[in-house]
Amino acid sequence: MRDLFRGLQADISADRLRFGGRALTFVAVAGLGGCSQGVLDPQGPIASAEKTILLNSLGIMLAIVVPSILATLGIAFWFRASNPRALHLPDFEYSGLLEMIVWSIPAMTVLLLGGIAWIGAHELDPRKPIESSVKPIKVQVTSLDWKWLFIYPDEGIASVNTLTIPSGTPISFDLTSSGVMNSFFVPQLGSQIYTMAGMVTHLELQAQKPGVYPGFSAQFSGNGFADMNFVVNAVPRDQFAQWVASMRGKGPALDAQSYTALAQPSAAVAPLTYGSVASDLFGTIVQASTQPAGPPRAMPAAGRMEN
Amino acid sequence: MNILGKLSWSAIPISEPEDMIASGLMILAAVGVLVWVTVKGRWPYLWQEWLTSVDHKRIGVMYCILALLMLLRGFVDAIMMRAQQVMAAGGAQGYLPPQHYDQIFSAHGTIMIFFMAMPFIIGLMNFAVPLQLGIRDVAFPTLNSVSLGLTASGILLTNISLVVGEFAKTGWVAYPPLSELRFSPGVGVDYYLWALQISGVGTLLTGINFVTTILKMRAPGMSYMRMPVFCWTALATNLLIVAAFPILTATFAMLLLDRYLGFHFFTNSGQGNPMMYVNLFWAWGHPEVYILILPAFGIFSEVFATFSGKPLFGYRSIVAATMAICVFSFLVWLHHFFTMGAGADVNGFFGIMTMIIAVPTGVKIFNWLFTMFGGRVRFTVPVLWSLGFMVTFVIGGMTGVLLAVPPADFQLHNSLFLVAHFHNVLIGGLFFGVMAGYNYWFPKAFGFTLSERWGKAAFWCWLVGFYVAFMPLYALGLMGMTRRLQHYDNAAWQPLLIVAAAGALIVLCGIICQIIQLIVSIRERDEHRDKTGDPWNGRTLEWATPSPPPAWNFPALPRVEGKDAFWTEKRRIRGSSTEEPTSLRYEPIEVPKNSATGFVTAFFAVLTGFALIWHIWWMAMLGLVGAFITILAFAWRERAEIEIPAALIERVDRAYREALSR
Repeated sequence: MRDLFRGLQADISADRLRFGGRALTFVAVAGLGGCSQGVLDPQGPIASAEKTILLNSLGIMLAIVVPSILATLGIAFWFRASNPRALHLPDFEYSGLLEMIVWSIPAMTVLLLGGIAWIGAHELDPRKPIESSVKPIKVQVTSLDWKWLFIYPDEGIASVNTLTIPSGTPISFDLTSSGVMNSFFVPQLGSQIYTMAGMVTHLELQAQKPGVYPGFSAQFSGNGFADMNFVVNAVPRDQFAQWVASMRGKGPALDAQSYTALAQPSAAVAPLTYGSVASDLFGTIVQASTQPAGPPRAMPAAGRMEN
Repeated sequence: MNILGKLSWSAIPISEPEDMIASGLMILAAVGVLVWVTVKGRWPYLWQEWLTSVDHKRIGVMYCILALLMLLRGFVDAIMMRAQQVMAAGGAQGYLPPQHYDQIFSAHGTIMIFFMAMPFIIGLMNFAVPLQLGIRDVAFPTLNSVSLGLTASGILLTNISLVVGEFAKTGWVAYPPLSELRFSPGVGVDYYLWALQISGVGTLLTGINFVTTILKMRAPGMSYMRMPVFCWTALATNLLIVAAFPILTATFAMLLLDRYLGFHFFTNSGQGNPMMYVNLFWAWGHPEVYILILPAFGIFSEVFATFSGKPLFGYRSIVAATMAICVFSFLVWLHHFFTMGAGADVNGFFGIMTMIIAVPTGVKIFNWLFTMFGGRVRFTVPVLWSLGFMVTFVIGGMTGVLLAVPPADFQLHNSLFLVAHFHNVLIGGLFFGVMAGYNYWFPKAFGFTLSERWGKAAFWCWLVGFYVAFMPLYALGLMGMTRRLQHYDNAAWQPLLIVAAAGALIVLCGIICQIIQLIVSIRERDEHRDKTGDPWNGRTLEWATPSPPPAWNFPALPRVEGKDAFWTEKRRIRGSSTEEPTSLRYEPIEVPKNSATGFVTAFFAVLTGFALIWHIWWMAMLGLVGAFITILAFAWRERAEIEIPAALIERVDRAYREALSR
């Protein structure tokens, strides 16, 4: 028995070195992720909390997973057929105590993680308002083929593929789609949420400090999907007010007619802004998307076989 | 009205060179095989021994061949996607335009799940389950052949889409409204739907067949708690098939009604609800995950026990864990769309249910560990795949539980992290499992073992290739890269995508090694003959037959007196000094007669499917009537069985016993 454990120890230390190497690579790669606008580089309270949950859950599981992997390799190696020193128990097939341990280890892990999941699901519910002394800014998001329309109902302006927001201010999103499903996602700010025609989903996000954060659709939506990107410009609060004032009344107006033109399928659309928005256009969009549509969607880059 | 419906010459993608080359090669290969068979005069052999065979072993082998071919097809798609994402960084568009790239990832997913993974596990179950249960065939042998035919029809239709028309550009899940007529007016989604409807019926029939077989047809003495674990997992899987596949069929039927007859189940307009499709799809889709993985768990259980020379540790635990997974798999589907705006209670509930499923899975891992503990582990190819599985699968399981935490999923949903996760469990779990099973049962099926050297080379290439290909995808997911991107702006992603592509090339080496393994093993088959029928010192009844087993499997049904029936028997014989009595009385055995029903049904299924896809209504009617007449003809058959004379059985059995005593 002592031999067995000495053998196991030797195996384990060798494996640990190897695994140390892999873990190091993983950390290095993850670090790389950190500086390139991913979920490990959070820029808002929601994304930060989600990163914490992610890493905590990972930590809890690694505590089980790493020993399991080492034990697998260690036991398989030690009990290899060519090792005469290994214990031989050809009829060992049941042990009540071991069975209990075997069931309780994963059960306890899941108990812990289940708690995290339940509390996390409530604390970070996408529609839960962010506590703040600052009044939230409302933004109405519509995913079109294949671009994003952002309407600021209180400011009376709108923009396409660019979203300017004040930093340190909760942003309250209402989201819908003109046709197919998309998912609105700014990884550095936190949770994504689907946009669906005829339905309105809600999302609360906040950028902690000024910066430029990439956003995109995370649900495949057809031909122009890869270009369905937008940028989030988080600017200081006073600068945001200035920006709104400078935009209002300038440039084209967004009304039913210009919306219909905008809603035509197009990809890689350059950012643009509208100086005025027809009242409750968002509500109209939600309604309109449930109406029978005319002809099928035209593909800009014609497929090889469109009948 | 056009007599050929929507079909015209423009359906042949002449203007797309990659497509034409791929189609050309595929057609060339198919024609090559047909010519070879004709020149060699092997049609009668092929027809009598294989295509019309209702022998579960032959059908199992044909399923596995289909799966291996589709593995190649699906892998070509994978390589094309990796190459595209290596090239299309920054402003570059790569070599595949979106409408082509979108078809490739849709086809890759569809083919790998429905036409590689499913046929492979069904093939292995077909081959091994009746042998392990100690019986002569499945409950409904001809139906089994029909199932195979319908699966092959789905495969054929999917591959026809490469040459005539197009495949779906919606991803393999085909969510409406994108998959509705308004947004996908082409025939691609119709190919997807009809191919899966037809093969889905085949799968459902398999499920019914195997549930019946396992519940009603075990050898005398084979009580439930004496069944090999692979049979238990097969039972669980087929129960899941019977419960889950009708959901998929009904869902696709509704989408078809939307597309063909202007219904409004999932449309935006007419009060349709696309989210209902998503719910229904995953109500099938999550059980499907366990349909695939449970038989793999069964294979690992057999492999660890056999090659450790020990009974499986905690047999009852593993059975309980299997059945628990079977039930719980229906209570987790919502975790596929935490991000669709469900409330916190709903998300929390499904997150926890998902984690609970990890408990029985974890139990299995520990039980396999203790199976090796105190054993004499022989590091054969099946064991390498199994060990590779244990290490890889716990990582995939861990990232899966991570994704089950709703706030983590809000960040990782649809990212490459998710893609890495499900490849981690599907390759590391299911694929390593079927590879272990393939190497394990190959000698039983063909009478010679596969080359260990090339098998090991294949394993190491796959293992290393898998890590190199998918670990970067985890990192990319964390860096914010979503899936299904035809091109991307962030140049920082490119280095990792190059690494991933290198990994795919290492996997390619693994596949090449597997092809060489097969060729070398066939060439050197005389050196690797399995004369005793028991090359691994096995424990279950399939090893108590000659390799390959005769059509009747067992001259007399074995009497089972415990778990690991063959092992117990071997011990008993070794213990007793008296030789086995040779006074065994041989009696003629009736085995089911060959039937062309499966093949003919498949022919009409392809005809009907193709006609429906292209709106050629007269041809669809013809196909349906043809299929119906085929079934009628089968129902009025004169004789269902043929009798194998006792003399033949005696001769085969005596030769086997002689080989054994030598």
